[in-house]
Order: sequence, then structure tokens, then C-alpha cells
Amino acid sequence: MEQRIKFLQGNEACVEGALYAGLNFFAGYPITPSTEIAENLSARLPQQGGKFIQMEDEIASMCAIIGASLTGNKVMTATSGPGFSLKQEALGYAVMAEIPCVVVNVQRGGPSTGNPTHVSQGDVMQARWGRHGDQAIVVLTASNNQDVFGMTVEAFNIAETYRTPVVLLLDEAVGHMREKLVIPAAGDIPLVERLKTALKEGIDYHPYLPREDGRLPMSDFGGVHRYNVTGLFHDMWGFPSNNPGVVHGLLRHLVDKINNNANQMARYKEYYLDDADRILISYGSSARSALHVVENRRPRGERLGLLELQTIWPFPDHIVRDKCKDADSVIVVEMNMGQVMQMVKNAVDNPKKVFLANRIDGQLVTPTDIRNILRLIQGQGV
Amino acid sequence: MAVKDYIRERFFPHMWCPGCGHGIVLNSLLRAVERLGMSKNEIVMVSGIGCSSRISGYVDFHTLHTIHGRALAFATGVKLGQPELNIIVPMGDGDALSIGGNHFIHAARRNIDLTAIVMNNRIYGMTGGQYSPLSGYGTMATTAPYSNIDQDFDVVDLSIAAGAAFVARTTVYHAKQMADILMKAIIHEGFSVVEVMTQCPTYFGRKNRAGDAVDMMEHMKEITTPIGSKAKEKNPDLLERGIFVQKEIPEYCQEYERIIERAQADVS
Repeated sequence: MEQRIKFLQGNEACVEGALYAGLNFFAGYPITPSTEIAENLSARLPQQGGKFIQMEDEIASMCAIIGASLTGNKVMTATSGPGFSLKQEALGYAVMAEIPCVVVNVQRGGPSTGNPTHVSQGDVMQARWGRHGDQAIVVLTASNNQDVFGMTVEAFNIAETYRTPVVLLLDEAVGHMREKLVIPAAGDIPLVERLKTALKEGIDYHPYLPREDGRLPMSDFGGVHRYNVTGLFHDMWGFPSNNPGVVHGLLRHLVDKINNNANQMARYKEYYLDDADRILISYGSSARSALHVVENRRPRGERLGLLELQTIWPFPDHIVRDKCKDADSVIVVEMNMGQVMQMVKNAVDNPKKVFLANRIDGQLVTPTDIRNILRLIQGQGV
Repeated sequence: MAVKDYIRERFFPHMWCPGCGHGIVLNSLLRAVERLGMSKNEIVMVSGIGCSSRISGYVDFHTLHTIHGRALAFATGVKLGQPELNIIVPMGDGDALSIGGNHFIHAARRNIDLTAIVMNNRIYGMTGGQYSPLSGYGTMATTAPYSNIDQDFDVVDLSIAAGAAFVARTTVYHAKQMADILMKAIIHEGFSVVEVMTQCPTYFGRKNRAGDAVDMMEHMKEITTPIGSKAKEKNPDLLERGIFVQKEIPEYCQEYERIIERAQADVS
């Protein structure tokens, strides 16, 4: 397929990215502001022989993609706020059973029903810690259609590489904003296909025994290897075990396989950081306002820079520490009460130089908002 | 293939209590599968949480032991993801019809080709004897110390109302009938429900002074009768067992193949 140029909204860019990555099974439930993803896939997937199903609720959608992933499909579900809360138990199952899948959360205002049609970035910590139990998870974001496309492909690649669920944390403004998207030609972005075991029938296959490189080859349900999948702690065949060594080993494996590869998964963009004395850190739609401020103030001699995070979890501590080491102040721009700001404070050498520029009223944080906070920090008043 | 070739022998003896009826369900199910001559590679068993759900650990199929109440939702993904597979979904009464009630009625309505087995012992066994939506009015449970005021579901009526293509009821006393019914349920193309009345002497039996396992099984014999029997005319309180519904209606995965054809015709 040749390169194509389209004008569409962020949710549709996500659909294009998922199809480019090889999505062939989607289960979902209608919820604002993510519904366009389901609507588009209900038309697009069957055209390619893929499957779309609207399940009876959010929980069932999450469960269905896990089941479909086990039969060898690349799978995704999409949701928002309350739906993301409902999916958490099954998402934890996917972590435990190491099922590759992609969960899109187009964030809206919360808690509860909150502000369904308005923007928010309040689910950063829920994406990380929304499930019971220790664990690690990968969470990606994007601020424009091209990046929504790219990070969606990335989400599938990471899910397959590490046999793990990946959360794509978009927001209402990104999901509904219309702009240009260049869909790359087939092959322009490398795709990670599922690693399947080469073991023949009759040879003992261990679904949960990592190879030397840490990857775990899979075998599709229906194939020649029959094994067990469970949310209980389990041995290398997938059978339940509460042996302390097995429990400890599996939990360490689940956490280490993500955290030890944090550098490989870290995606970010930087603007004017080389000589910046004030650094904005942002992600999603708020990063667009932050970039506007930086580009607007640079010609006036202000040494502003922007670090746009695209991988939020595992949190790129090293990168944040390194990029901010010479800055006088670091201003985190986000639409919540400081969920990423707290992580930045933990990462930098001097947490006192970290400030928050936020909005929590359902409105996009604007360049003017950021500019006003910069003036406050400098003691210039608004 | 002998029945024992369908089990994972190294996990026996099983973890169910002495006198539990679940082992009889396992036995009848394997006999059904054996009589159908099915290959182990073409069967996926999906289960939820509870005593009943541990059945998936004992069978040498592709097995997916999931979370409480959601077995049918996982199974829907497995089936639509690979429609050639045969999916068997054993569930307890609480798993299927309390926490999983929504998935149960929607799987029935959707008519996706799954075989749902409700192993109904009228109690939450794994957690120690709390009342379930099938315990019924007047029963005793650890969470109903003054007797239960919850009315129960009738699994057969509920399944029929929800649109299931195959609906049957049997008991562990009638193990041969159970194998026969399960065989028909598995080969029926569409959503099949088989309610198997089974006993939990440990919790339901003790709490309700129902005697030991043999007493409880004899009771199942006494309170049930074949569908349409004369005994039922004389005593309307008897529960009928047998196949209530067996109808050919469009199956979801087959219908989806038509959706693919339509979508592809639109494009070309």
C-alpha cells in the first residue's frame, strides 16, 4: 500500500494505526469520547476479514479481547473514564496471564460520570495503579494525529514484544481534533509479529518460561500445545501454584520485564532543551499548548524548552532527570491535579524547582494559562 | 480414546470435597466428549472462579481459567477469534447467574456457539457457604443465618427467556442422561445451556440438614421427573429434566461471516 494523506480526527487516526499494526479483533462498548473508534472499526475490520463485536458491557469487552488474543489475533478495545474503571480487573488478568492486547482510554473528566464530553488527563495514575496487586504496565500517549497513529503502532509492537497489555492514554481533545494524517506506506514502520513457539507436537511446551532474551513464545489455542491460562500465580506450564518461590519469581518477572526495559520503551520528543533554563514537561493535548508557548517566547529571547513525554509508564526517570539537570525551573503542564508532576518531582535532583501549570475544569489548558503561570513563578504576577 | 486420556492425571486426586457432585459432572462431560470422538486440540474449556471452575485444571484441553463471572465473555472472544474451536464453559450458580448474569443472558441472546454448563449446587462453596441466586427462599447459608428471603432464578426459564438455542436440565444422580444431554449440547450449533443440579454436602447440605451426599442425590431423584411425565401432572412441584429447547436459529459466528462478505462486497 502506498502512502496516503487523510484529514480526520484523532480517534480515526488511532483506528488507522491499529489497522496498520495488524489489528484483527476489536471488542468494545459505546462510551464518550471514544465511541468513534468502535464505530470506525465496525466498518473497517470486516472489510479486511477481521472481527468487531459490541459486547454487553465494558468488562465483557476487555475479557473478549483477551480470549481472542489467545487464538492468535492482534486485539484492541477502546473506552473512556468509567469504562476504563470497569475494565481494570480483566486488565490485571492480562498482566498476570501475559496476554498481548491494547487498551485505548480516551480520557474525559472524572471522577464518576464526571465531564463526559470534555478533556481531562486524570487517569495517569489509574492507568498505572488501577488494579489490585503489585505489577508494571506500559502506558503511552500522543498529542497529534501523526503521533496517535505512530504510538498506536508502537502499542501493538510493545504488547507483542513483551507479551503484555499496553494502555494508550489519549484525551478528548486529541481524540476529537481533526487534522492531517500521513499514513505511511506498508513496511515503513516495522511491525512486531507474535512470537510463536517452534516446538513440534509432543515436545513439552512451557508457555510461561522466558527464553534467554526474556521473550515468551506463544502457542495459539487450537494448536498442538495444550496448556492452562489462569489469573492465579502459576508455574511455567500455566498451572496454579502458591509455592513461595514460584509466586515470588512470577511477580518479579512481571515487574522486571517492563521496568528493566524502560529505556527501550521510552518515547519522548524534545524542543529547544539544549540551552533551556525553564523546561515545560507535558504530554497529550496539553503538550500542544506548551509547544505553542515555547515557540512563541523563543524569538523574544526566553530560554524555554519542552520535553513531551510519550511513554508515561514505566516513567522515564532517567530522561527527565538528565534533561532537567541544568534547568532553573521545571513546569509540568497537565490537565489533572499533578499526577505527572509528582513523578517529575521524584525524578529531578531538586523537587523544589518543579511547578504545576494545570487546568481541572474540563477546558483545554491554553498557552495563555501557561504563560500566566510562568509569570507567577517569576514573581511577575499575572 | 479412553476417558482417562482426556484428563491431566497428575493433578488428581481433585480438590473437591468428599461427596461433592462436581466430579460426576466431570465424568459425564468426558464421556460425552469421548463419544463425540473429539480431538483434545479442538476443545477449549473456559471457566470462571469457584469450586466448579477448577474443573478446567483437570482436563487436557486448551484451558482458560478466568475471573469471577466473566467466563462467557472470555469464551465469546475465543470463539469469535477462532470459530472452528468447540468451547465448553462450566460455571457455578453464583459465577453464571449472580456476578455473571449479564454475560449469561447476552450470550444466550447473541446465540454464539458456546456450551454453558451451570453446575448448580445452590451455594458459594469456595468462600464457605454463602447463599447464591439459586439457593432459594427459606434456605440457610452463612450469610442467611435467619433463613434466606431471596427468591431464586429458574435456570431453564431464564435461559429460554433470554433466547438460548438449546436448554436442558439434568442432575448428577442421572449421570448417563447428563452425558447424553451434554453430547447433544456440545454438537448443537448455537448457545447451549445445561443446568446440572449437583450437591454440596459440605456447605449447603450441612446448613440445610440435607444429609450426606447420597441423601442429597436421592433427593434430586425424588424431586425431578422427565419432561412431560405423568408424575408431573400428579405433582406439579416436580422439576422436569431433559431437553426443553433445541432450535435452529442463526449462529453469531456464522452470521459474522456474512457481515465480512457484505463489507468486502461494499469495498470491491
